[in-house]
Amino acid sequence: MPPLEFAQQLKTKFGPVISEPVEFRGEITLHLSDAGRIAEVGEFAKTVLGFDYLVDVSSVDNYGEDPRWTVVYHLRSLKHGNELRLKTDVSEEKSELPTVMTVWKTANWHEREIYDMMGIRFSGHPDLRRILMWEGYPYFPLRKDFPLAGKPTDLPGVAFTKPAPLEGGPFVTVAGGEDAIHREPRVRTPEE
Amino acid sequence: MRTNTEIGYDSKIEGDVIVTRVDAALNWFRKNSVWPMPMGLACCAIELMAVGASRFDISRFGSEVMRFSPRQADCMIVAGTVTYKMAMCVKRIYDQMPEPRWVIAMGACASTGGMYRSYAVLQGVDNIIPVDVYVSGCPPRPEAVLDALIKLQDKIGRQPVLTELTALAALKS
Repeated sequence: MPPLEFAQQLKTKFGPVISEPVEFRGEITLHLSDAGRIAEVGEFAKTVLGFDYLVDVSSVDNYGEDPRWTVVYHLRSLKHGNELRLKTDVSEEKSELPTVMTVWKTANWHEREIYDMMGIRFSGHPDLRRILMWEGYPYFPLRKDFPLAGKPTDLPGVAFTKPAPLEGGPFVTVAGGEDAIHREPRVRTPEE
Repeated sequence: MRTNTEIGYDSKIEGDVIVTRVDAALNWFRKNSVWPMPMGLACCAIELMAVGASRFDISRFGSEVMRFSPRQADCMIVAGTVTYKMAMCVKRIYDQMPEPRWVIAMGACASTGGMYRSYAVLQGVDNIIPVDVYVSGCPPRPEAVLDALIKLQDKIGRQPVLTELTALAALKS
């Protein structure tokens, strides 16, 4: 079955909440307009369409836009070898969507990482703790409005952080520059 | 400043007797059997394994007994990037090590945070525990770690053990 067929089946099942499939370099992306139904869609994709492997769950911070968050699910089937990408938007006020752990157990740690880095909560998750930063850390460091150097925090007896000295950085390397001066790591503003 | 002298022994002159200072003898015991606690946190730990293996062979300097329990170790070798989340574990393990204890900060990350100028990385392990020897490199060559160990042995050799112990005993009584 060609990959587009799976997208069509999802569309037939769920109707207008699923967007038209977008194809880019042979990869199919579907957009789900109602984040609340992601578990339902996942269940269908797994049981009926055979997408038994959740490769990754990631999140995007569209800072300055509304809705602010995009959560991306990469599905793969070990039976027929096809891949499918599901995207769904979550507003900053809500910052919550249902867990897909009920469908794929591997979502447990993926969702914990998203919660830790972006602050998006997953309702129904059995163990929504931070996974990379420590319990009690007050910020969500992968958000666009969080500085790379970090912010000072102090939780006595547990942990602390200090902003890292960037010395004018971050220093950015540019691939394909004409000479070493244009390639080597230097302070570069985005306009350059 | 050196506070003791090397042990000199010539069996032809002195027979079966060694004359030395207790300080020097204690330090001699200590510095030639430093048991390291490998705190391997990143790629430096791979180089640390090379230091322990046959080619570089840290046992030539009496430190082949890598102890994975802090209670049996003398010297913590912090090998790698200390993240803030790991920092509290490093501190706790250091606190569990019995005195006397020493610390080698191996590599750029453990010494200063290295290239990780980021919210997640402690900018040098000396923010939480006292470091005796810093080793530069990313990661350092095994020879550099051996050199650090030799430097640490020199440092241990200069410590006035007995003076410290008697001062401590005087404080307690």
